Amino acid sequence: MSGQSAASLQKKRAVALPTEQYLSWGRYPKTVHQHVHRPAWNDQLPDILRTAAPGSLLPYGLGRSYGDSCLNAGRELIDCRRLNRILGFDPDTGMVRCESGVTLSDILEVFLPKGWFLPVTPGTRFVTVGGAIANDVHGKNHHRAGTFGAHVRQLGLHRSSDGFVICSPDENPRMFQATIAGLGLTGVIAWADIQLKRVAGPWIDAGAVPFHSLQSFLDLSRESDGRFEYTVAWLDCFGGRNTRGIFFRGNHSEQRGQNSRPKWGPKLPFALPAVALNRYTIKAFNSFYYHVHAADQGASLVRYDSFFYPLDSIRQWNLLYGKSGFLQYQCVVPENNLEALEEILDRIARSGMGSFLAVLKQFGSAPPAGLLSFARPGLTLALDFAMRGEPTLQLLRSLDEVVRQSGGALYPAKDARMSPALFEASFPRWRSFVPCIDPTMSSSFWRRVTEAE
Amino acid sequence: MTITMRSSTPHIARMQKIVVLGATSGIALEIQRQLARQGRELLLVARSPQRLSELQSDLLARGAQQVLTVAADLAQVQHHADIFGFVRQSFPDFDTVLLAYGAMEDQKTSEASIDVLLDELNVNFVSAAALLTLFAADLEQRRTGCLAAITSVAGDRGRRSNYVYGSAKGALSLFLQGLRSRLHPAGVTVITIKPGPVQTPMTDHLANSSRFAPPERVARDIIRALNRRSPDVLYTPWFWRPVMSAVRHLPETLFKRLAF
Repeated sequence: MSGQSAASLQKKRAVALPTEQYLSWGRYPKTVHQHVHRPAWNDQLPDILRTAAPGSLLPYGLGRSYGDSCLNAGRELIDCRRLNRILGFDPDTGMVRCESGVTLSDILEVFLPKGWFLPVTPGTRFVTVGGAIANDVHGKNHHRAGTFGAHVRQLGLHRSSDGFVICSPDENPRMFQATIAGLGLTGVIAWADIQLKRVAGPWIDAGAVPFHSLQSFLDLSRESDGRFEYTVAWLDCFGGRNTRGIFFRGNHSEQRGQNSRPKWGPKLPFALPAVALNRYTIKAFNSFYYHVHAADQGASLVRYDSFFYPLDSIRQWNLLYGKSGFLQYQCVVPENNLEALEEILDRIARSGMGSFLAVLKQFGSAPPAGLLSFARPGLTLALDFAMRGEPTLQLLRSLDEVVRQSGGALYPAKDARMSPALFEASFPRWRSFVPCIDPTMSSSFWRRVTEAE
Repeated sequence: MTITMRSSTPHIARMQKIVVLGATSGIALEIQRQLARQGRELLLVARSPQRLSELQSDLLARGAQQVLTVAADLAQVQHHADIFGFVRQSFPDFDTVLLAYGAMEDQKTSEASIDVLLDELNVNFVSAAALLTLFAADLEQRRTGCLAAITSVAGDRGRRSNYVYGSAKGALSLFLQGLRSRLHPAGVTVITIKPGPVQTPMTDHLANSSRFAPPERVARDIIRALNRRSPDVLYTPWFWRPVMSAVRHLPETLFKRLAF
């Protein structure tokens, strides 16, 4: 660096700065992009794609993927957030057409007062429609509704090679299937038609039931599936083989509760020092969380946002994990293999590294909406680990072994480090996806797991 | 001198029907979206029919009561009469006009090319003055309403790095000052809006653009001013008022040596 002139250093800074904010939610890995395109209109996309070098671009939404699937280190991004217009709505059918940068939060804000809700929602409302499609996200109603992609009826796609392509189950079905869960690699989604769901209002009849073993979780889950539209469980990840957790379930309610104003919590202004989250504070939190919810079991009427998006009330909660960021681990293992899940929980408990919120959900049997969809029958477990370098990576590798032997899979949207072999085992069909990739698109994730250039 | 009701009720939103000239500019987009949420009626003028139609659907979905559009190039003064005619005919009782278009060329380019220089002066000042004159006459005659235009803090002092854009915006600010005085007896408000740098497509290429003011905030300030029809000159974010006051008072002998 010392050999560089001040002028060239200055210039380098000027170029690097605007891109520095483009990280993923886990803030690991730290990447620098060469350039970020920020189109404000769909008509600008053909030019961006036409002039791009092979493998240079990747669409970026709100950066809520945890690992590197939304990053394109050393190359370019297309920030789609300004492409956030609602292009049409049919009040009779609840079909909405929106651009890819429209957020799920926008959809709720505009359509919930009219009695329409998202067909599927992940645990945060701050994702874009494009991101929800590209990762084929799932929610607490997977056992009833499948993934987000199952509610996309049609989409318009900008491609560098064949221009603007309309895809649906009837028209270009292959490209349609590849774009759902396609990690943004098949082109830039111009707009998508999404089927919203009729609801009576913003209220949820919610209940919480404590459980003390994976088997009792499974019994609860099976028993609740028929009666509850939404189910999910929280686990104390320090329990190891002495599992304990809380099973949450709910339905949209016809009733009206009080205090219908959404509440916005504090915003974490900066990354906490790394010591703030250690095994003692997390263990204390887990214990506290368990006892609070075990005590207030039974039904209650809650607003949809506190039911679906408890973490959204702390903006930038990802900064809790300090400067070096964190890794999220989400796997799915077959239901008949509870031992594998027990083994995973045991290894985590023994490592002493654990997270606030370990989330467990039984997926339903809906067929996958996309070629590379993650959701499949089985039990899915998600937890975060503060990034502490090699010990963290080592633990996750040891979990990988268990997942792989069980015939399970890892979720690309949450991943920053899985091996090509595990990717292959998780998505054996990935080679048939390759022909659908737009020649100008690539991502850090894709290069890593396919060992491509 | 008559004291009107309006000065004693400053917080009632009198803005219901707004004409936006330059509806696809970054700041206008945000203003329109916030106005749509409040259920206002809008008439949008911009160049691209395609973009206008996308905008129209979005604003209607988000709650705007009515959205009319006119596709026209506002920089072409010869089209102004047609545009104005359409507005008068289809949106006759508009109460607020917001001029929001502008263009910032690279300073070095406009030093090297007279065509670029003249274009920049024309877009930011000449065409704006012509258009405002048409709307001013109408509001003056109806003795009501509010005329607002987005200029820039760059117009407060000529700087080495940006004086072509700055002089056009500065001229527009002076023009508005005179117009304000002319329309005051008719009860028509004229607001000069001076934003600092804002995160919009116009400034994406500048270094540090991620630290510029978010358009949501600037839009909020502007809407508040339009609703209250005050202040006459709005700086947004607010801190630009003291900053520019200091900048304006630096002696020229010193200022000419500053490389910004």
